[in-house]
Amino acid sequence: MEKEKKMKKPKVKLGKLEKREARAGWLFVLPWVIGVAVFMLYPLCQSFYYMWFNIRITPLGTKFIPVGTGNFTQIWLENPEFPQQIVTYLWQTIVEVPVIVVFALMIAIMLNGNIKCRGLFRLIFFLPVIIVSGPVMNMLVSEGAATIPAMNVQSIKTALDNFLPHSMSENIGEIFSNMIMILWYSGVQILIFLSALQKIDPALYEAAKIDGGSQWECFWKITLPTIKPMILLNAVYSVIFLSGNEQNSLITMIKSAMFSGTKEKGYGYASAMAWMYSLIVTLIVLLFFLLLGSKKDVYDRQVKRRKREMKKEARTVKRIERRGIRNAKKIEKARKKRNYRTYDGSGDY
Amino acid sequence: MTAAEIIKKSFTKEKLHRFVFGTKEKEGAGKQIIVYGLLICIGFVYLYPILYMFSTSLMNRDDLLDSSVKWIPSTLFLQNYIDAGKSMDFWVSILKGIVIAGVPTLCNVAVCMLVGYGFARFEFKGKKILMGLLIFSYILPSQVTMIPTYVLYNNMKIVGTLWSFILPAILGNGLNSAIFILIFYQFFRQVPKVLIEAAQIDGAGYFKSFVKIAVPSAGPAILTVFLFSFVWYWNESYLTSLYVQGLSANSFWVNLVVQLSNFDTSFNTMAQTGDAATNLNECVRMAATSLSVLPLLVMYFFLQKHFVESIDRAGITGE
Repeated sequence: MEKEKKMKKPKVKLGKLEKREARAGWLFVLPWVIGVAVFMLYPLCQSFYYMWFNIRITPLGTKFIPVGTGNFTQIWLENPEFPQQIVTYLWQTIVEVPVIVVFALMIAIMLNGNIKCRGLFRLIFFLPVIIVSGPVMNMLVSEGAATIPAMNVQSIKTALDNFLPHSMSENIGEIFSNMIMILWYSGVQILIFLSALQKIDPALYEAAKIDGGSQWECFWKITLPTIKPMILLNAVYSVIFLSGNEQNSLITMIKSAMFSGTKEKGYGYASAMAWMYSLIVTLIVLLFFLLLGSKKDVYDRQVKRRKREMKKEARTVKRIERRGIRNAKKIEKARKKRNYRTYDGSGDY
Repeated sequence: MTAAEIIKKSFTKEKLHRFVFGTKEKEGAGKQIIVYGLLICIGFVYLYPILYMFSTSLMNRDDLLDSSVKWIPSTLFLQNYIDAGKSMDFWVSILKGIVIAGVPTLCNVAVCMLVGYGFARFEFKGKKILMGLLIFSYILPSQVTMIPTYVLYNNMKIVGTLWSFILPAILGNGLNSAIFILIFYQFFRQVPKVLIEAAQIDGAGYFKSFVKIAVPSAGPAILTVFLFSFVWYWNESYLTSLYVQGLSANSFWVNLVVQLSNFDTSFNTMAQTGDAATNLNECVRMAATSLSVLPLLVMYFFLQKHFVESIDRAGITGE
């Protein structure tokens, strides 16, 4: 299908109107293009450049002292805090994001049912999005308002310690102790899921019901495949949100390194740190893309496989045919050469 | 007589079963109870920190130490709020906060609308690359570009002024601008192209047809973007303290959230000079937190319908 479309579209020079439209399009987008160049691409290159230097701000101006990979060896080998924080961050993100997404999906499905006061519940679940900010969170966490009082975190931790390595159970325990915060981060995700759920055609469910499908089956066979792109979207959103969140101690570390007056630290050191950090964030995003990315659905895959098989079959048939022709020719040749006669089963041999 | 009773009994039993577990058409009461129970429990968990914050902020020191007082303070003690408000310079901070969040938000709305329209309406070379760049700019953590950007602003001498927020917003690179551009892109793709072409046939240029036709039809999307942008700018303390406040203590620009992050030190200095009636304790800190949250809460309760429904209408979830 796609191939046909591509073949049908010959390369023609753009007409006058199209040219003018294209120019207008560029004009509309232009402010953003300039913005990206100035505020994203340029700083990106710049910080890549900074990474290899030790930058000191002196009264005479900024001094760039090339240190090669010095910044990296310092970060990984001499500063025990950074690697430790990175590991904690990795663990937390990888565990928290699925928790957030699954929780948001659960709430969205419950709200999507026949529920009275849906508006009120939506109001409550969306409330945190409005008031979440770094300092407010810090205050609430430090006063212990973020833990559910009925939950005994300590006993969960000791129970986990029995069958998990200590560093892992420590992180998971941390998640339980900040359970409310994690729930708080799922406000936007709930709404995204909810509006995706409402867009599913009810006829699909009816058809499934007529065929005798239970609700459980409907969930796995209809709901989940339909909202799969939303799951990816929400996972990526959660990763980005958690990475830019001020609860994240890595961010504060980068900022304090940037303005620290010590000799080794400074802009270069902080740039190296920031690059490392964003590399890890990108890796996590990629991981989720790989896990949840849009694989073609089962039907498509089967069709493709069948086509492949058919092609293979056709090829073998052709090969056999060709071989047959070749052999026949060979036999013919040989017969002509030696005047060889095959026994045709008649007369004396 | 007995037969009738038996029939009646079995009938009610069946009914009960149907009532609790439901049929294929109708959900049973048992499931409903579970769903409502879960929703109410989770709703309480959601509200717990906020309730805790408000109730603690109204306690005085005796209530705080008294273990018999858990949720409802014995007296309505408003001194915490007065002290916290004085320490945070509440009215000045709130006005400045509105300016800090409001002006970049207006720029953000205008420019993102323009760019989103450009992406949705026109076909041009390199559009796919630009869209890729847009998504990349969202995924890229801002920490990488933060340092050179700070240096850039410093060279332009706009650190410590509002321009350090306005300038990127004008150029479509404000806080979370990529999301807003995508929202407008989605929205304008749903506006029928015929409408705009009709205007052009009537003699409107590209810009005029954008202003006269596209903008008036984009009401819900504009509202969504405005609200979210405002809230996000308001809650952004990290970049505000870095760029707008310029990390100096006696800067002109400061908002409530930044005040809150420096609350402990500022309150202590105030307590030393003897202006505060109480010492720094949980109650005062919670009072400060609720003060910094209050303006947005008020806004949310007035505009909550727009907030919640806007996500549907603006089509974030469109393909």
